[in-house]
Amino acid sequence: MTIQEMPGSTAYRPSPPPAWKPRTDPAPLLPDPEPYRVLGTGAAARVDPALMRTLYAELVRGRRYNAQATALTRQGRLAVYPSSTGQEACEVAAAAVLKEQDWLFPSYRDTLAAVARGLDPVQALTLLRGDWHTGYDPREVRIAPLCTPLATQLPHAVGLAHAARLKGDDVVALAMVGDGGTSEGDFHEALNFAAVWRAPVVFLVQNNGFAISVPLAKQTAAPSLAHKAVGYGMPGRLVDGNDVAAMHEVLTEAMERARRGGGPTLVEAVTYRMEAHTNADDATRYRVDAEVEAWRDHDPIVLLERELTERGMLDDDGVREAREAAEAMAADLRARMNTDPVLDPMDLFAQVYTEKTAQLCEQEAQLRAELEAEAER
Amino acid sequence: MSSTTAAPGRKAAAKPASMAQALQRAMRDAMAEDPTVHVMGEDVGALGGVFRITDGLAKEFGEDRCTDTPLAEAGILGAAVGMAMYGLRPVVEMQFDAFAYPAFEQLASHVAKMRNRTRGALAMPLTIRIPYGGGIGGVEHHSDSSEAYYMATPGLHVVTPATVQDAYGLLREAIASDDPVVFLEPKRLYWSKADWSPDAPAAVEPIGRAVVRRPGRSATLITYGPSLPVCLEAAEAATAEGWDLEVLDLRSLVPFDDETVAASVRRTGRAVVVHESTGFGGPGGEIAARVTERCFHHLEAPVLRVAGLDVPYPPPMLERHHLPGVDRVLDAVARLQWEA
Repeated sequence: MTIQEMPGSTAYRPSPPPAWKPRTDPAPLLPDPEPYRVLGTGAAARVDPALMRTLYAELVRGRRYNAQATALTRQGRLAVYPSSTGQEACEVAAAAVLKEQDWLFPSYRDTLAAVARGLDPVQALTLLRGDWHTGYDPREVRIAPLCTPLATQLPHAVGLAHAARLKGDDVVALAMVGDGGTSEGDFHEALNFAAVWRAPVVFLVQNNGFAISVPLAKQTAAPSLAHKAVGYGMPGRLVDGNDVAAMHEVLTEAMERARRGGGPTLVEAVTYRMEAHTNADDATRYRVDAEVEAWRDHDPIVLLERELTERGMLDDDGVREAREAAEAMAADLRARMNTDPVLDPMDLFAQVYTEKTAQLCEQEAQLRAELEAEAER
Repeated sequence: MSSTTAAPGRKAAAKPASMAQALQRAMRDAMAEDPTVHVMGEDVGALGGVFRITDGLAKEFGEDRCTDTPLAEAGILGAAVGMAMYGLRPVVEMQFDAFAYPAFEQLASHVAKMRNRTRGALAMPLTIRIPYGGGIGGVEHHSDSSEAYYMATPGLHVVTPATVQDAYGLLREAIASDDPVVFLEPKRLYWSKADWSPDAPAAVEPIGRAVVRRPGRSATLITYGPSLPVCLEAAEAATAEGWDLEVLDLRSLVPFDDETVAASVRRTGRAVVVHESTGFGGPGGEIAARVTERCFHHLEAPVLRVAGLDVPYPPPMLERHHLPGVDRVLDAVARLQWEA
């Protein structure tokens, strides 16, 4: 018996819902068919020379930082280092577009973005050295902990941006993720929440071609990762991730849009992971050298240096200064990382809870006794 | 912050109130007192939640303070993490025990660890409310006892009220806590009632303390949440057999009150752990081990467990065979080697 057939229910006739129609015109949300570029195009004439010189110095410093961190791994000073070599334009631009009060939500491959944001390089490497997990106070520097579980930092960025907006604070969150991370459920949920709440967030996907060994073709059948934005009702931007001028321009626009209350943007930066996933990975098992070599001509530093030199915005002195500054950073990093960190095993118990439970107090006493016995031997 | 002390000078008439009402009132009072408290979840707004625990909160405090989120538990908890990073105090409602599983990664990898991995720089003052357990005739995925998963995750507090007074007092304390609290609400006790005064709620013992609900001398029934009424009923029935059973309500699984539990078992010399959660790998194993480690020379019999069967939660027409009932509890008590 249906409800209509029930005695006395003849009056029950729910009115039909209004006809469904699309809520948003998808056309303006669609990304460009090709990655947006500035360097090597007419748009390069518009760039701010001072900004470009700053970004150049940052790229050179970033490349040196990646090389130094990789070297430290070989020397056993870091447990592991997921290098962003080749992706420095994304890292540097992400940091450069942030205002003081904005927040950065990096993934584990984004130590460089955190350093470019101003974080002390040694603190940035705490996780990878392994003396603790997060080596800095996230609220002090407005950088969330480097996030190892894929895409899980994205909903955090949305929640933080949402909270800031509820408070009336002028804060935008920029969240970074890789191409592999876009397959995770948290990526979907974060973008959906951000769009529904119109949260001031910018999602930056660095499509570096690989999730460890798995190429993008096995990750998605979408026209581009930027196209995914349309499904959430936010704009998607496809950018050349090795073109720091394009990255800076597109991210700046997205940040301003978020700041104005226009909601989130998804930016896909097409780039390439020049190194293996980490020092523990063997990239020769899944890609050929020729592919890597082909990208060397499209290197972010080469692209910018070529453009700036041709336009007379950068001379030999400028190049030398950038390299010297990078060497100074590397020397300092080397010196400070070549000391053994001071560890206190009692720290294990210190911040599990606000107050130690009785059980943790027992375990702490036990470990202390073990250490004392060890010291006497 | 003491949230459970009765307001002085206020004569409050205690009237029958349900656990559901006490929980609602706890959130309402917390929201009125602290503007950083935000309630969020599926259907918590206009509907007031599927169990009506958030009834009226959106109307009273607005949708920014009591928010209907998209239907995505990892997203809800993940967003709550970010809100907590910015200084808010989110109270998340998971609609049902089994619907909370998508949020487990956020819970285990971020909520539980954030304080530790940032050396205390980022606290996670989150409360995650989860209706749990069976006995309401729910179809599959609506009746899980998921406490063991949360207990095995350092960094979380795991709390579960069994009385109307505790529902209010423990939830207020959970919301005020700077540590994340998984607050397990025994859904079949939502409509249980007790005399309670919403305007001057009685003070209760803090999180981390177990409470003797019925003193006794023969043996201790160690239980929590939905199994407390079962144990109290069993204790009454046991008097006919000449057993005077003590009933201990744990209230908080993490932190665990070894002291109160051990003191009771040392007095009685016998113990049975009773819970709905499955026995294998369930809380009872941990509790029995802790009791044995501390009370070995006082024990007259092995610590026994009465638990749910080691099966996926049964369909509603069979759930009574799964749930620990009075008879199963009394059978266990009978096996406590009384012949000596």
